[in-house]
Amino acid sequence: MEKEALFGKTLEELQQVCVELGLPKFTANQLTDWLYKKPVSSIDEMTNLSKKARELLSEKYTFGLIDPTRVQESRDGTKKYLFPTIHGKYIETAMIPDKDRKTVCVSSQVGCKMGCLFCMTGKQGFQGQLTAGEIVNQIRSIPEWEEVSNIVYMGMGEPFDNLDEVLKSTQILTSEWGFAMSPRRITVSSIGIVPGLVRFLNESDCHLAISLHTPFHDERQKLMPVEIAYPLEEVLREIRNWDFGRQRRVSFEYIVFHGLNDTPAHVKEMARVLDGIKCRINLIRFHPIPDTPLKGTDEATLQEFKDALERKGITTTIRASRGQDIYAACGLLSTKTLMKN
Amino acid sequence: MAKAEEYVKAERELFEETIVNNVEISPGVFLLSVKRRFDFLPGQVVKLAVDRVQPPRIYSICSGNHEQELRILFNIKEGGYLTPKLAALIPGDKVLVSQPYGGFAGSAKSAWWIATGTGIAPFYSMFQSGLADNKVLVHGASYLNQFYFEDELDWAMGKNYRRCCSREQSCDVFHGRVTDYLRTVENLPADVEYYLCGKALMVVEVRDLLISRGIPYENIIAEIYF
Ligand SMILES: Cc1cc2nc3c(=O)[nH]c(=O)nc-3n(C[C@H](O)[C@H](O)[C@H](O)COP(=O)(O)OP(=O)(O)OC[C@H]3O[C@@H](n4cnc5c(N)ncnc54)[C@H](O)[C@@H]3O)c2cc1C
Ligand code: SF4
Repeated sequence: MEKEALFGKTLEELQQVCVELGLPKFTANQLTDWLYKKPVSSIDEMTNLSKKARELLSEKYTFGLIDPTRVQESRDGTKKYLFPTIHGKYIETAMIPDKDRKTVCVSSQVGCKMGCLFCMTGKQGFQGQLTAGEIVNQIRSIPEWEEVSNIVYMGMGEPFDNLDEVLKSTQILTSEWGFAMSPRRITVSSIGIVPGLVRFLNESDCHLAISLHTPFHDERQKLMPVEIAYPLEEVLREIRNWDFGRQRRVSFEYIVFHGLNDTPAHVKEMARVLDGIKCRINLIRFHPIPDTPLKGTDEATLQEFKDALERKGITTTIRASRGQDIYAACGLLSTKTLMKN
Repeated sequence: MAKAEEYVKAERELFEETIVNNVEISPGVFLLSVKRRFDFLPGQVVKLAVDRVQPPRIYSICSGNHEQELRILFNIKEGGYLTPKLAALIPGDKVLVSQPYGGFAGSAKSAWWIATGTGIAPFYSMFQSGLADNKVLVHGASYLNQFYFEDELDWAMGKNYRRCCSREQSCDVFHGRVTDYLRTVENLPADVEYYLCGKALMVVEVRDLLISRGIPYENIIAEIYF
């Protein structure tokens, strides 16, 4: 029988493991220390556990870290890691250094079911869910793990389509017994699957980012099939009704396509649909994917679009493109070829 | 009350309907009928639930917009929450149904309708609503018994109804996947609309293929059963 990973279990689940193995309940707290706070990678290294306890644990469990099998480094210092998954598939993770920050962009699924027209991950279809352990492993198993300052769930997959595991992963990252990170350093990005959104707002304190890309229903439907199931209007209704408090942030991602969603009509409609929502818009340059009919907007139009949104009173930033030369930039992650081999 | 529970309770007002019929039309695939309460555009979806514990799931309407009954075509998902419960419903049982909504709506314009599996549902609704003129319907399935409504569609649409079966062979049926079939079509018209419905991989592969064959992406509308 395959041994189960301890890494990726919550304190409560580890307490359950201890009960099953006849170990004292406090052993679970020792386990979380070893799993989530210390630079060790095997049960044998958990030296404050009795030899008997370690033997019992090793019979059924492994520590559970998975090393990346490949790393590529961009001219701008961004790194892209390739991780195998438990079920023999592959995912990618990006690490983006910026002055004193190191942001890790994690994947939540192998591939994706959502089929957005502009996204490389979407083109590979869906090959499976990641466990919380596999999500957190993308942070813990890179060499920079102790320096990671921010985490964004913007890699492969739609986090709200794997919400149980995503919420478990943020619990491990933010709990005192876990990585003890502030939820304000974590942003989960979604295209807006409404039942998942509502649960996420209730059950997590992490920031929220919504991929908006155009405020017009018909246009969004052509770019993002999810618009048919959960129209933007419904997503915004939920967000508008939610009290984000002073600390928690909602932002909207907006890839700017030439001649498609970069017009004054879009600025006007954005101001209308976002009215009453305290938010920020992140404008993203489009990174062309093979055979795409879409084009990125030019720098002058991008700047003008930003200024026009700001004139409407919407805080707007232009996100720097990072890691484009190694296909680590936004929308470029894919393991399709590896899957086929 | 917690916000999540509120959402499940209030969301798009769910109406209690009585099951009129629930027939297994192919192994593991059911056609469920309730009395129709609202008007809808053929191609639209409803949300469906059997309780207020979990959020409802989304289903394409699979009946004509003038019919007395509203029907849903679904297959049982192993390990799924709702579909095993839906499959067990019998006439007289209750089900919760939302108002119809969604922009995957058929029209009288020329179009190609491309589906796999239960993705045929919105097209059958369009067909039953009198929109099948000027249409080509391509339906992909793994097995021959998964061409739901084939007798009717074959009779009414003739050569414009094209079946693609990837795992079994039969005369009149293309042997291969929908994408394989589309590759054999020499002149895919660029000035018609393409409606795609089914699982993600089929949708994205067909969409890529159409775009590579010169179809403007604006002419392609995709519904993914995620
Ligand atoms: C726009 C739209 C239209 C649709 N129309 C139709 C239609 O006409 N007919 C039809 O049959 N379907 C349709 N669907 C799909 C439908 O909405 C349901 O997703 C499907 O019926 C399964 O529902 P379920 O509750 O049985 O399964 P779910 O409980 O939703 O589970 C689905 C699958 O995911 C797995 N799963 C569940 N929870 C988890 C988890 N936490 N982690 C990992 N895996 C998990 C399950 O094992 C199962 O295989 C449509 C979907 C959309 C978005
Ligand atoms: S943009 Fe996100 S949701 Fe859309 S296909 Fe890509 S990974 Fe999936």
